[in-house]
Amino acid sequence: MGAQLRVYRRRIRSVQSTKKITRAMELIAASRIVKAQQRVTAAQPYARQITRVISALASQSTVDHPLISEKPNPSRAAILVITSDRGLAGGYNANALKEARSLEETLRREGKEPVTYAIGRKAVGYYRFRGREVAQSWTGFSEQPRYEDAKEVADTLIGAFIEATENGGVDEIHVVYTEYVSALTQRPVANRVLPLVVEESDAPPPEGALPLYEFEPSPEALLDTLLPRYVETRVYAALLESAASESASRRRAMKAATDNADELIKSLTRAANSARQAEITQEISEIVGGAAALTDA
Amino acid sequence: MAELHVELVSVEREVWSGEADEVIARTTEGELGILPGHAPLLGQLVDGGTVRILQSGGEIVAAVHGGFLSVTDQGVTVLAEVAEMGSDVDAARARSALERARSAGDAAAERRAESRLRAAGQ
Repeated sequence: MGAQLRVYRRRIRSVQSTKKITRAMELIAASRIVKAQQRVTAAQPYARQITRVISALASQSTVDHPLISEKPNPSRAAILVITSDRGLAGGYNANALKEARSLEETLRREGKEPVTYAIGRKAVGYYRFRGREVAQSWTGFSEQPRYEDAKEVADTLIGAFIEATENGGVDEIHVVYTEYVSALTQRPVANRVLPLVVEESDAPPPEGALPLYEFEPSPEALLDTLLPRYVETRVYAALLESAASESASRRRAMKAATDNADELIKSLTRAANSARQAEITQEISEIVGGAAALTDA
Repeated sequence: MAELHVELVSVEREVWSGEADEVIARTTEGELGILPGHAPLLGQLVDGGTVRILQSGGEIVAAVHGGFLSVTDQGVTVLAEVAEMGSDVDAARARSALERARSAGDAAAERRAESRLRAAGQ
């Protein structure tokens, strides 16, 4: 076997084994999308209800809670960036980090100093490579976040929010995550979580007017316990959406990689075949030439 | 008799929803029973408590941790950080969790395990 043919065959084998890996990753990601989506849907009733309860509470009580009121002259703003732990997910992480960067610029223009909190090894690596300080980071749960994880993150953020700005506290909390629009579209979004934006619209809410509650215990005490829950829910929802988006991005990236490998195998096989043909042709002409030389002699 | 629409939702999923005659729960202020037509109320439930949902066919008990009770014209919603139906509780596991919590001196975990056992009817 000629040297050229051997090289082609070797490359075909290596592309084939890469293809097996990307194909497996594609299938795993595809099955995870479904599961992640189910978790997003399952978490929605709670989020809807707690938002409703808080809207009702905030709209009728005149309480001045630190988690609702905007601080005068905000000077520091926390940004929670949610990325994945593993790569090979197309533009997923790059897009989320880009969104975080543009949010940082907006905040700087408004005269607020951004403080970064990172979730996922990719964000941690990104900021470390650039020598940027990260206030705190969490890794290890990007694909299958649990509520406890969200709780831990939310507790840290709330702690920083309550802390006075002079002592390293923050005045605002923003979350950057990737919204799962469909299997083909995932959009990085930035949302402000705190201070709370209570939507006070004149239009009646879809589920009927907000009830005039009696409170047990006092509205202040209820807000104290409800608001941290609310932040946890928001973080949890963002984590779940991001997990679904991550799997969807990975599936698409791996599908493209598998298709490319197919393409490559096809063209390499063609090249290998023609190399084989050329070799045979050459051998025949060598034999014929050799025989002719003998008869002539 | 009018019926109450009851929803029991935990952070991760909707645990139970349906029609009921009465809901009995314990808020930080004390135990209360909610019948159809109750005034709108928002209450904080005690940690490691149980919520009892009375139906004509019988009674459903759920262990609820870190929850809120919202009564509106549309019905009753129990928002819980963790909620588990009594019928889903693995009594053996809850009991071993209780013993673990007791030996570790973890009062919160002990209350949780106790409420799970109570919800399981033991």
